[in-house]
Amino acid sequence: MKLSTYNFLTSMAIKGVKVGFPLKLTINKKDVVESEFNPTFVERILPKLDWSAVYGAAQVAELTEDIPAVQPENIGENEVLLQKLHHLLFEIDVLEGQLECPETGRVFPITDGIPNMLLNEDEV
Amino acid sequence: MTSWRKYILWFAQEHVDFRVHEFESLVKMFGLQVRRLTKQTQKPFWLVEFREKEAALQYASRSVCLRAMLELYAHGSKLSQFHDSLRAHVDANREEMAGYFRPDTSFKIVVETYNKHFSQREKVEKIESMDYLPIEGPVNLKNPQVEWWYIEFWGLDPTDVPPEPEDILFGRLLASGQRHLIKELSLKQRKFIGNTSMDAQLSLLMANQAMVRDGDLVFDPFVGTGSLLVSAAKWGGYVLGADIDYMMVHARCRPSRITQKVREKDESIRANLKQYGCADRYVDVVVADFSNALWHPRISFDSIITDPPYGIREATEKVETKSTTKDSTRSEDMVHYPSTSHYSLQSLYGDLLEFAARHLRLGGRLVCWLPFHREDYDPKMLPQHQHLHLVANSEQLLTGNTARRLLTYEKCSKYILPDPSLVSTTQVPTPSQDFRDRYFNNALESRKERRMRKAEQREQGRVEMEARGKIPTDGRSKKCDMNKARFV
Repeated sequence: MKLSTYNFLTSMAIKGVKVGFPLKLTINKKDVVESEFNPTFVERILPKLDWSAVYGAAQVAELTEDIPAVQPENIGENEVLLQKLHHLLFEIDVLEGQLECPETGRVFPITDGIPNMLLNEDEV
Repeated sequence: MTSWRKYILWFAQEHVDFRVHEFESLVKMFGLQVRRLTKQTQKPFWLVEFREKEAALQYASRSVCLRAMLELYAHGSKLSQFHDSLRAHVDANREEMAGYFRPDTSFKIVVETYNKHFSQREKVEKIESMDYLPIEGPVNLKNPQVEWWYIEFWGLDPTDVPPEPEDILFGRLLASGQRHLIKELSLKQRKFIGNTSMDAQLSLLMANQAMVRDGDLVFDPFVGTGSLLVSAAKWGGYVLGADIDYMMVHARCRPSRITQKVREKDESIRANLKQYGCADRYVDVVVADFSNALWHPRISFDSIITDPPYGIREATEKVETKSTTKDSTRSEDMVHYPSTSHYSLQSLYGDLLEFAARHLRLGGRLVCWLPFHREDYDPKMLPQHQHLHLVANSEQLLTGNTARRLLTYEKCSKYILPDPSLVSTTQVPTPSQDFRDRYFNNALESRKERRMRKAEQREQGRVEMEARGKIPTDGRSKKCDMNKARFV
């Protein structure tokens, strides 16, 4: 699972959960997959992101020196930061780990890089 | 200087219904200025006018229906009229065309006829009928610098070929379409496929319908083996998928190839993208139930391309509570597989349209298939949504009485959270029966009836043939006799 996907996942499907975001991320095993930097794509995805979750992911991935805690303005003009965001959001691949619902503590496992967001019958 | 110029579009006569919508989608995507001169869309040769040559080339760079595009020099419906118009064109554009006729420019003339066969000698005669062309260069059949095309169109009906060709066209080859991709992305060589992987041509068409461009974010909520993501990624989209089937997403389900006993270790959707050189475009796949909300409200997709399960070859499923009186025999640490229940097509499409209305960007497109029984089809039965506008609808025949339609919706207004007290914004008219139920249990005629009817039809045809005085021949025995005669 890439950290960009992490930014979009919620646990709001669980019965009684209102927001279910951001999920609590634990990384047990990760991989760095190099991929081509596409500044327009990173720029286009920025307004869709929740910065607190971006920063949260950076903390878990131990990349906080790269990513500011508060979203700076005019990121589009800051190519260095865009590249760092690209690395954080698209090159770090969580192979094993888990996502935890902030409200109920329900754990969603990540195996072989694929998060399993299925719920049990009694949870929906 | 820009000026309108005429071009011949030569289409493959396959999925004929889809080419108009593909054309319109690409024109809209690139914002091309174009006029369509051929009104009859079934014809394999269209005459169109583009405002700029670049526009024509842009269209050819994406179309999978297009075989080739030619710059039109002459068109006529009678031979004499055609030759007059070609002479006039060459005279009028002598300066511009001089480069193609120079002594050091090699050339080749291709004769293409539709719905009528000509021998090589007849084709050469056709070429020689244009001996007034001031071509001075040498012939090069393998690798010419200029390729001229002479085309005769003899109607569409092979049982009723007209005495004269309907259209005679002459032009210069400008560009090929993208049909080579059909072979390049063929399922035969693909690493990871399943029972319902979409073939390369249709998935490329779907991505064109969705107007996928470089840097788009594309989502498939019923991803399966990711066959739709492959084509979207090929056009530069960043792809994200989800599916309820854990084994499928992890490529641990039963293999679909007859020669394969177990799945290979490295099969995956990511491996498919890597195979075609677009691993960079892979974002993620997630195991998730589509009927439950999962995605953050802020996410917006540029397009959603999907082929939902119809319940025939892949089950339509969602997670649901089933009331059982049995005591649970599970212990806490056992792996639990949630039970799934049937997810009716109506509610699935309702959810899909609602999801698209919520998560597409304005102007973004949803492209999906809808199966149905042909005799039931009524445009009124297509799902509707107040924020989605149906822009294209083309039919592909499946077996027997069934068909599916490729529906393209465009998000036309900003999503507003529906007032729960009002009726639903999605309208999925309920056909009298579910597609699956109808398919297996309640077809209008049973298989036996169908077989009997077909046999009756054949018998009737044979009787009519005899009445016309034609002696029925047994094709197979004739062939055997010919083979025997060879060895006597």
